[in-house]
Amino acid sequence: MEKQLSPDEKREALWQGLLSPKDPQGNELQFESPEAQKAYRESLLRFRAAIQMEKLPDRVPVTIFPSWFPWLNAGMTAQEAMYDYEKCAAAFKQFVLEFQPDVHWGAVMPGPGRFYEIVDYKLYSWPGHGVAPENSYQCNEGEYMLADEYDALIQDPSGYFSNVYLPRVFGALGGFRMLPFLPGILEMYGVALNFIPFGLPPVQGTYQALFEAGGEALKWVMAMGGADFELATKGFPTILGGFTKAPFDVVGDTLRGTKEIMLDIYRRPKKLLEAMEALTPLMIRMGVGASQATGKPLIFIPLHKGADGFLSDEQFQKFYWPTLKEVILGLVEAGCIPFPAAEGGYASRLEHVKDLPRGKTLWMIDQTDMARAKETLGQNACLFGNVPSDMLNVGTPQEVREYVKKLIDVAGKGGGLIVGNGSFFDQARPENVKAVVDSAKEYGVYK
Amino acid sequence: MSDELVHAIADMREEEALELVKEMVKSGVEPMVILGAARDAMAVVGQRFEEGRYFLPELLLSGEILSQITDILKPELAKQPEIKRHGKVLIGTVKGDIHDIGKNIVTFMLDVNGFEVLDLGVDVSPDKFVEAIRDFRPQVIGLSGFLTLAFDTMKETIKAIETAGLRDGVKIMIGGGQVSEEIRKYAGADAYGRDAMAGVSLARKWVGAE
Repeated sequence: MEKQLSPDEKREALWQGLLSPKDPQGNELQFESPEAQKAYRESLLRFRAAIQMEKLPDRVPVTIFPSWFPWLNAGMTAQEAMYDYEKCAAAFKQFVLEFQPDVHWGAVMPGPGRFYEIVDYKLYSWPGHGVAPENSYQCNEGEYMLADEYDALIQDPSGYFSNVYLPRVFGALGGFRMLPFLPGILEMYGVALNFIPFGLPPVQGTYQALFEAGGEALKWVMAMGGADFELATKGFPTILGGFTKAPFDVVGDTLRGTKEIMLDIYRRPKKLLEAMEALTPLMIRMGVGASQATGKPLIFIPLHKGADGFLSDEQFQKFYWPTLKEVILGLVEAGCIPFPAAEGGYASRLEHVKDLPRGKTLWMIDQTDMARAKETLGQNACLFGNVPSDMLNVGTPQEVREYVKKLIDVAGKGGGLIVGNGSFFDQARPENVKAVVDSAKEYGVYK
Repeated sequence: MSDELVHAIADMREEEALELVKEMVKSGVEPMVILGAARDAMAVVGQRFEEGRYFLPELLLSGEILSQITDILKPELAKQPEIKRHGKVLIGTVKGDIHDIGKNIVTFMLDVNGFEVLDLGVDVSPDKFVEAIRDFRPQVIGLSGFLTLAFDTMKETIKAIETAGLRDGVKIMIGGGQVSEEIRKYAGADAYGRDAMAGVSLARKWVGAE
């Protein structure tokens, strides 16, 4: 039998995989130049050192993790970025080459517009479908899971998703309402009855739509993967393996909705807690599966409804943190590097989240004082951030340079800092974005 | 019983509060008295929010309790004269942005704190704001936005209000997501608020209400 790898060995294996990259045919990647090869390797080692907090990197790593900026800055509308996959990939490559971050985060943000049309996605409005061509897609919040459906979710999350939730958020997946109950497929006697739905037109129609949607998703991902590959040959790695979510946000963002989950804290706290416990192992699986599929260690976890001002400290500790912590630790155990993004303010939460295994996580920090974050969470976790969106928009390059210099002074000591933006921005002055990268490279060298 | 009702609402005891209201109606308590107690309770909720003891769950739940009480009292209330309001606030999410949760909470808190609020919804163009100012004649305008695109559309909206010659008569507050003092200056607003109660405080100050 093969020897079981320890979590650290699994993590190291993922880093080693990144350090010896392959081309799409599975051969050793041919870099454009020896300089590109050197830059690729050094960027990865710099990130690994910053995250692991064992030895100092050569300098503070820097990256930009934007939302729509690369495409808007290229003069495209959001609609073009979503519908023209080649143009989308080209604009992203141009963004990385122009701004020169150490690592990039891939071009998947816009997603395939045509795919959303095929599946008739109701959960979001997107350019040409509820928002103007130049604007980003935006979530249509709603009560997509009803209050009396908690038990159905808790008992059988996958069944609830396939037969109830997905048909609600995808207009073309109505046929899923008729899908058979899979654990009932047991033995010869009666087995064929379970398959009758697949003979019926609504289910067949849904599968037709799925075949088409799958083909479209594949076409799109090939274009985006092509951009990753080309950027690698030019010396720019990506380390993002996928994403998962805090169980509280799974329920609060797209199942019950913000308002309903806040009311559930009072009206049905036990059900809410049970649902989050049921979702926890699934959210671990989601992250681990993505990391295995992509061979990359970082698993992004956007944090939403546990920020300052949303919940009391007591509510955060009871409803938000325990299952998120379990997800984080589960990912660490599987060799992944959880990458929570603490959007908004997180000052009041720092004391609660700080006790994590050292050097195993990366935290994106937005509107939280970085000195404070460094003293608490930053003792155990690498911090990424936090040049603010307002400064990138209306500030000057000089202001950005001063901000980054100060950031490195207060949070860069001893490593454990990655300079970048604090939140996911669309609009910004390009010279300000450039100033983030340039000033980090200039001030961030460890002597 | 009024005091009990104030406590039940302020302490988030939903079922008890609604039972109390039904009992009060049955025993002939004036609907305005019941509503007065509910508003007193909302003042307590607002205060606890400002003190950092209450957060979104409490704001939203007290809002739900209040609207259920209003539903119970509706048949009676129709016979009553309108209550006096401190002033008018026009509110909306600016063009390009369709986020509304923050705006809805601000709208609700302004309403229960005695303002007449006209909510234009989401993705509201500068022209629509200008038109609504002419018709509704608010003293205060609230612009909401979650995305970075809102920085520019807030600025455009305020510019349009200026061009229409309406800027001097109104105070403008902005809020949401990444909005800050820097964005206030950029957009040309009078103030920005971090949360719903900050919006209420600004509106109160501007109309000279206690």
